[in-house]
Amino acid sequence: MKPAPFAYHRPETLEAALAALAADPHAKVLAGGQSLVPLLSMRLAQPSALVDINALPGLDGIEVDETGVRIGALARHAAVLASPEVRRVQPLVSLALGHVAHATIRNRGTTVGSLVHADAAAEMPVVLSLLGGSVRVASVRGQRDIAAAELVLGPLESSLAPDEIAVSAFFPALPAGAGVAFEEVARRHGDYALCGVAALAHGARVAAGYVSVGDVPTVVDLSGVPAGERGAAALAQLDPQADIHATAAYRAQLVRVLTERVVESAVSSARGES
Amino acid sequence: MSEELHDVRLRVNGASYDLRVPARRLLSDALRHDLGLTGTHVGCEHGVCGACTVLLDGAPVRACLMLAVSAQDQEVTTVEGLGNADGSLSNVQQGFAECHGLQCGFCTPGFLTTITAGLRDNPTPTHEECRDMIAGNLCRCTGYQNIVKAVERAAELGLETPEDGS
Repeated sequence: MKPAPFAYHRPETLEAALAALAADPHAKVLAGGQSLVPLLSMRLAQPSALVDINALPGLDGIEVDETGVRIGALARHAAVLASPEVRRVQPLVSLALGHVAHATIRNRGTTVGSLVHADAAAEMPVVLSLLGGSVRVASVRGQRDIAAAELVLGPLESSLAPDEIAVSAFFPALPAGAGVAFEEVARRHGDYALCGVAALAHGARVAAGYVSVGDVPTVVDLSGVPAGERGAAALAQLDPQADIHATAAYRAQLVRVLTERVVESAVSSARGES
Repeated sequence: MSEELHDVRLRVNGASYDLRVPARRLLSDALRHDLGLTGTHVGCEHGVCGACTVLLDGAPVRACLMLAVSAQDQEVTTVEGLGNADGSLSNVQQGFAECHGLQCGFCTPGFLTTITAGLRDNPTPTHEECRDMIAGNLCRCTGYQNIVKAVERAAELGLETPEDGS
């Protein structure tokens, strides 16, 4: 339960961090470390070097305007969750963050780090997908935005190149007349969800995103599907798997029940009934 | 094959320590092995049990999920730093003593640090908030009931004799 040796860089400018990362294709970025450090300790990951970005200036910002929320790479989950401005402009971010691990983990873990960790059992990648957000990445080659739909290639595999650092993420604002909702079932609050559902209703468009169902964050379009049939419609496009926490049948039942409940809540919220 | 060592200055419970450690030294191990502060306990070593919880600039974090090299320039508070300056027990420690909030004591340092920060941020928690405050910490002895009582007792003590929120 101790990490294998690695080289360590603690750059104080983004340029130096990008250079260090570009110099070593087997280096990893360390931000909050709440997923990476366990992987190191269990030796499931053995990077040759860590580029610790915690000393970089200006990456902990949470910028909110009427178009949406831009969250810097060093903004901790706890800081994002505590922001009333984030809750006002895009409440789904705040609703989901309350389910991200325990408060102690949220004090150190970063929202952007969780996105690029690309875990299908994590809430925030699903939220980013459902809202059609993006992640801004930088490298010595320049900067680009990766749309949520192109962010996750497979389990724990993001589309970032080895020399790229995620510097921020953008969650679009909730449009007027739209509604969102989030709910999940876990053995204990703060544990990984057995199944989590995020829902967005905006005019005729209704969609739901799924946590811990499938290998990657999955969004299902439920536009035009009447209440009472949404669970079955969602399940037709999903393939819940068994693991040590839940059987496939139980997970499918959670998809049915939570889809109906959460989508209805989003639709009601869009109607202003909250 | 010698491993590269890094100079790190840690500030723990108000004191500064200069150490030379490999980058892979976990903060929990640096506290225990390098500084001899064995009050911080190490249970699962992957962030689940909460026994190693310390305060980083006042906020509870898992010491086993941080590298010592990454903790430089920040203020770390361990269970050794929770007592009052005159050596008496803090309100949280007193609450645990009065309510039998511990049995074997292994998980206790993580509870004490977590609750100290929790009551600083919310001095008058409801019963449900007391339970939520300790949701990220595991205890295999007490069944938690007495720990929840200890949180409530500590909150009561805090209203009677407020501490400076260090």
